[in-house]
Parts: sequence; structure tokens; C-alpha cells
Amino acid sequence: MNPEAMMKIENLILRRGGVTVLDIPELHVQRERILAIIGPNGAGKSTLLLTMAGLLKPDHGKIYYQGNPVDSRASRSDMRRRISVVFQEPLLLNTSVYKNVALGLKFRHLTGSEIEKSVDESLEYFGITSLAKRSAKTLSGGEAKRVSLARAFALKPELIMMDEAFSSLDPPTREGLMEDLRHILQETKITAVMALHDREETLRLAQDVTVMAAGKIIQSGTTSQIFNQPDSEFVANFVGTETILEGMVESCTDGNMIVSVQGKEIEAIGDCSVGQKVYCCLRPENVTLSSKAQEQISARNIFEAKVSKIIRQGFFNKLVLDCGFPLVAYITITSCEDLGITQGVTVVASFKATSVHVIHREK
Amino acid sequence: MDLIVQGIIKAFELIISFDPEVIGITWLSLKISGTATFISLFIGVSIGTAVALNNFYGKRFVISLINTGMGLPPVVVGLFVTMMIWRSGPLGFLEILYTPYAMIIAQAIIATPIVMGISLAAIQNLPPNLRLQILSLGASRLQMVWVLIKEARLPLLAAVMAGFGGVISEIGASIMVGGNIKGYSRVLTTATVMETGKGNFDIAIALGIILLLVAFAINALLTQIQQRQHPR
Amino acid sequence: MKIFRNSKVIVTLMIAALLFAFGTSNVFAAKAAPKQKNIIMATTTSTQDSGLLDVLLPIFEKKTGYFVKTISVGSGQAMKMGERGEADVLLVHSPDAEKKFIADGYGVNRQLVMHNDFIILGPAADPAKIKGVKSSAEAMKMIAQAGSLFLSRGDNSGTNSQEKKLWKTAGINPEGQKWYQQTGLGMGQTLNVTSEKQGYTLADRGTYLAMKKTLSLNILVEGDAALLNIYHVIEVNVAKWPKVNVAGAKAFADFMVSKETQKIIKTFGVSKFGSPLFFPDAGKKVEDLGK
Repeated sequence: MNPEAMMKIENLILRRGGVTVLDIPELHVQRERILAIIGPNGAGKSTLLLTMAGLLKPDHGKIYYQGNPVDSRASRSDMRRRISVVFQEPLLLNTSVYKNVALGLKFRHLTGSEIEKSVDESLEYFGITSLAKRSAKTLSGGEAKRVSLARAFALKPELIMMDEAFSSLDPPTREGLMEDLRHILQETKITAVMALHDREETLRLAQDVTVMAAGKIIQSGTTSQIFNQPDSEFVANFVGTETILEGMVESCTDGNMIVSVQGKEIEAIGDCSVGQKVYCCLRPENVTLSSKAQEQISARNIFEAKVSKIIRQGFFNKLVLDCGFPLVAYITITSCEDLGITQGVTVVASFKATSVHVIHREK
Repeated sequence: MDLIVQGIIKAFELIISFDPEVIGITWLSLKISGTATFISLFIGVSIGTAVALNNFYGKRFVISLINTGMGLPPVVVGLFVTMMIWRSGPLGFLEILYTPYAMIIAQAIIATPIVMGISLAAIQNLPPNLRLQILSLGASRLQMVWVLIKEARLPLLAAVMAGFGGVISEIGASIMVGGNIKGYSRVLTTATVMETGKGNFDIAIALGIILLLVAFAINALLTQIQQRQHPR
Repeated sequence: MKIFRNSKVIVTLMIAALLFAFGTSNVFAAKAAPKQKNIIMATTTSTQDSGLLDVLLPIFEKKTGYFVKTISVGSGQAMKMGERGEADVLLVHSPDAEKKFIADGYGVNRQLVMHNDFIILGPAADPAKIKGVKSSAEAMKMIAQAGSLFLSRGDNSGTNSQEKKLWKTAGINPEGQKWYQQTGLGMGQTLNVTSEKQGYTLADRGTYLAMKKTLSLNILVEGDAALLNIYHVIEVNVAKWPKVNVAGAKAFADFMVSKETQKIIKTFGVSKFGSPLFFPDAGKKVEDLGK
């Protein structure tokens, strides 16, 4: 169908103990792009990755790798040698870091110098050259993760699969690794499929997104399609509880920037070059609502907003507002009544510049 | 009391002076039990690994069978092997009853389930995704199995030690199939019993001390391995 | 899901293991190489425990090139091995059973080799007061009447059948009596037990002399003609068991009754114990022994 596809899946079904755990009618992995598979726990993300990597044999259906069907032992093991998989847990062998990274190259019977070159290069990429002689069992979680990634990248795969690459890492470690990985993927142009469960990770890394639940695909598309035009409530709930706005940096001075979003200007904090395309993310609880009368508001971003939808959620109401761009806010039911908010009413929505989370967007 | 003290003094004299008979018996013991353990290592590790890595109908039954085999009574093995290889037995044509070969076979049969059971558990205790990770790095099946075995090397070493310790201190099967023939199939355990019977307590004690030393060395090594494995 | 089918791996490893096994086993093959070089000799614990075989066998092996596998068991079990053809030649001391063995066609060429004698041993205290009693049967009767502990081999060995014969002569059935215990062990072990428990037992003189230093038992009854312990060599009948090493058996039997061997038997143990352990008897008649 699509000659550009790195991998193509058709009518894939995988059963375990009589239960269908995967039912994927169609899935494409585009060349030189990063596909995120997202969904709640137990959605089948890991299982799908393993099946795509040729590690689990589907009960039914076809996988095409670069246009060729993967349907025999030989073709599966051939594909396995072109794909790298990084598991959620580092799964390092009880030996030195160097030998761990060299493992896949050894399987390919490369010469000592070829192995050394690739290992050194890969260790360098992930900034862990100094760990080479360390025993893998003595590494911290973040270091082990980097070794596991270096091991996969040392093979110079055409396609790399990563299962929850950033889970169980503390925030600074995770931040550093995510940034490095983004650079490496950009530089090497390796096609990647990543199982993720975090919206922010998805926005920062992926160009394409597939949303899964209960072994099925709910929606596939580009990142912006999924985040901005969810075609079901499930996807909307999963990706859309935050406000995510596409915009472009208009100006930036002394750490204060102005981002233009659908003709409106949003102030945010951070350094950025002018013209950079960004996402502005906003948590609903950071949006303050007031009635029209009140004028004394300290927040930098103040917009008139029309209430387009009220959704009851326990003690809170979730309000979908229209300020020229969509905005989601939370308000307690009592405040809602005090302010006399009903559908169609116009209110004032405000949020601080520090509450706006700016994410760089590719191209 | 006198007898014990004198026996122990004489025993140490025999050991320190490298008494050729005592040394010969010790060496033969190590050779026979070592070979048997080596054979059990190949069979035990390969079948143990195969059972651990494959899912098949009746796997639980096979595992409980192996675990039962870990406690196989040596005399039962001795009886079975004797009946198989005596002249009128199905394997009588081999003419190996009362030879070190027969002892190696019997001891290998005793040690194999021990090695098999421990290696089965060792491979099963590896992280479940590890073999998929290894396969995904481009390993062939053989390479994958080899890496897994290497990864489980410490518990496997423990398996070897346990098997070796089991057979070198075993007597029932050894005396039945080996016959305790001087300089040929006489090993530490059978010689100890015989020398006790002959009233040569000094030699018996010397052999007993050597057996203890071997057992101690094995256990010291095992403890070392286990201690190294746990703290992380 | 089938991730892995490694039957090939197993087969390869097994073959490797077998190759290794046979490879290393060559270490032993040097001694055991030609098939018919091996002679399985089933004998009693008493000949082995006395150390006589340790002297005789190397001479025989050096002279003939045969390799003798001594399986030391009780006379009863030795003859059972002969009946199954699992032994080539027997050196035993259980005349009545031997006669039956020959009569049943299991053995041929029964030849007198040597004798020593049985003795009745007991503690120095001698609670049954049998010391110096001439008739062995009478002594047994006294032990039974006194209810003193008697330890029996209970293993159908030559010594054990001799003991049973004595009980029969004495008209006593010791089975199940409180004072009668069966060890089920060889001669040496039984002597150890008897010494430990300070009981009475019947033993061959050779084993007793060899172990005397470690025992606290005294000779209480000796010299009765009924106490003779006679060893015969028997070749297992090749007509019944074609696998029997007939030439080897014959060579061994011939060796045992040869002049040189008989001479060695005569002097064996003299330097160590002060008296011989066995008396060579080749060519004599059983009836003439002990006279």
C-alpha cells in the first residue's frame, strides 16, 4: 500500500490462553519517523512491540518488513537482526558494561576492531564512555538504562523499538535521557517505535501516535491530529485532559516569551528563539475563573472566554472554554454556582505565565 | 579413646607422607566422581535448560519428576545399573560390571537429576524477558541458550558442586557396581568401609579425613558462590 | 507461543557428553583393555580382610596377564553370583553349599586350597563359662543356656553356615531369641560389633589374628575338628553360562593350588602375627585335615 512504510501490519491477531490479546487490523511505521504507541496499562503496548520485533509469533495476520512478508523462521530471524529492542527493564548481563554493549555485535561474528569501534561510538552517544569497564550490576537505574540503549544503538539498527524507555527514572535523569535520545534519533535518522504512557514524552519525541486500549488500536495519526482532533472520548480523555496549544514564538526577552496561538498572545517563561514552533501546555487546575466584574487579576494571561461545555466530575466541574483557542479549566461546583456559570456564559479565564509549559515542536 | 587418638595420629602420618595407597584411592575417587559429574553437567544442564525454556504439555509433571530424581537413593540406582549391565542383563555384552565405567554411569545417574533440577531453577529464575532481549539483539537459538547458561553460571556452578559432593560421598551404588577392587575401583567411601571392617582404623580415619576435606572444600566453595551472589 | 525449539542443541550436547565420557575413560582402559583378560572372582570377606589376596593377586596378574576383579561378599552370595554366571571363579568356604552348587551343575573342578579354623570368641569375663570347653557344640549350648549375647553374621556366608551347623548339632534354634543378634555384616565388621557389645561370636582365625590389636575379645574355644574352615576354589560351569571366562578361571584355580602359591600361603602372616593365618592343603583330602 505504502511503499514508504518501514513496517506494515495487516489483520494481526495474537492469542494467549484462548484470549485475544492483540487485534490489529492495520498499522504502519513510517521511515525516519518516530511512532509512539500510547495507552493505559494493560493496553497491549509491550505485546505489540514484541510481536512487531518478531519475538512473539502472531496467531494470524501478516507483518511486512520493508515490503517483504515476515512469515518464516528465516525471515523472522533476518528481521530480528535489523531491529533493536530496548525493554522496560535494562536486562543487562552480569558482566562489564563494554561486554554488554558488545553483545549483539558478537552475535554477528564481527571482528574485534569492528566491535570496538561500534561500542565506543555508542557509549559516546549516550555519554557513558567512562562506565565501559564497570560491572553492569553496580550501575544506577539511569546508567543501566543508558547502557541498554547503547547496546541497542551499537547494532546500527534500521528500526528501534523501545518499551517505556523512561519509566522508573527520577525526573532529572529522565529529562537528560529524553533530551539525549531525541538528539540521537534526529541525528541517526533511525526509525523508532516507542511504547509510552506519558503525554509529555509523546509530544516531545513522536511525530506519529497510535492510541491503544485492550489490545486494539483506537486511533492512529500524527501527533497533532491525535492531540487536537481526538475522534473518540477515550482518546480525548487519555490525551486531552490538558490544554495543548500549537503556537509559534513571537518574541523572547530575558526569559519572558510571547507565543502566538491562533491569533492570541500567550505569555510564558523560558528561553527560545523567535519563530520556533512550540506546544503550550496548560493544566486545567492552573486556570482561574472569575466573573466579568472583577478586574484586579495579577496573572499575565487574561482572556475572555465563552463556556462551551460543562462536564460534571465529582465535586468539580470541568469546563471547556473558548477564548479563540480551546482551554480546559476545573472549578468546584460551589464556585460554579457562586459565579453563575452556565453554558454559553462569558467569563474571564486567567493563568500565570509560569503555568504555561512550553514544548518544542519539530518542523 | 586410645584407639581414636592413635588412629588420628597415624592417619595424619599417612596423609602427610603421601602414602601411595591413600593417594591412589583419593585420585581414583576424584577421577571417577569428576567424570561422572562432568557427564551429568552436560546432560543435566541441557535437559534442565530445555525444560526451563520450552512450554509443553506435562511440563509440571516433568519438573516434579526431576525434583524427585534429585533425591534418588544411590542403592536403588546401584541395583538398577547392576541389573542392566550384569552378564545376563540387557547391556551385559558391554562387560562393564565391576569397572570404573560402571561406577561413572551409576554416579552420573545419581548426579544428573541434581544438576538438572538446579539448572532448571537457575534458568527459570532469570528475568523472563531476558531471552527475548537476547534474541532481539540478533542471537541465534544456540547463542541465546549459551548466553543464558553463562548468565546463570553461578547457580550452575553450585549445581555442579552439589552433584559432585553427592557422588563422591556416595557408597551404595559404587560398591554394588564397582566391587571395591583394589587399585581399580576402590574409592574413598568403599575403602573406608572395608578398612573399618579389617580393623585398619588408621587408614579408615585417613580416608575419612580426606573425604571430609573434599566435602569441606566443596561446601566452602558453594558458600563463597552464594555469598557473592546475594549482596548487590 | 513457541519461542525456541532446541532439540538439536540437546542432541549436540549429549553427543559431546558421551564423546567426553569415552574419551576420559580411556584412562582406565589401559588396564582393562582385552575383554577376556578380566576374571571376576567372587570370594568371602575373610580372604579379602585377611590381606592374603593382596599378596597373591599381583603375582598371578603379573605372571598371566589376567586382571582379577575381586568381589568380596559372603560365601552364600558368592555362590549366587556363580549360579547366575556373574562370576568366573569362586574362592569359598561353605562345604555343604559348595557340594550342592557342584551337584546342581553350576560349578566344576572344585579343588581344596587351604584351611584355617574357626574359633569361638568372647569377652574376658566369659559369662557363659565356655573357656576351655572341647566340643564346640557343647560351648554353643552353654551360651544359649546362659542367655549370653551371641552375634551372628546372618549373611549366609561360610562362617554363618558353619555357625548354623553348630547350632544344629547342639540342638538349639537360636532364631528369634533375645540373646541372638544378627549383624548382616562381614567378618571384620561383626568382630568390631562383638567386641563393642562384649558378646560371643564365631570367627575365622585369620580375620581374628589380623584384627586382634583392635579387639577386646579372647579365644575361648578352639581346636575342635568341627571348627575347621576349609577353602575351595570352584570354576563356574561354562556349559551353563557361555560368557564365563573359562580359561581365566582355570588359570586362577591352577595358580591357587600351585606349589609356589601354596608356599606363600604357608608363610603368609607369620612375620606379622607370629603364626600363619592359613594352612595350604592342595592335593590333600578333606578328611585328613586337622590331624
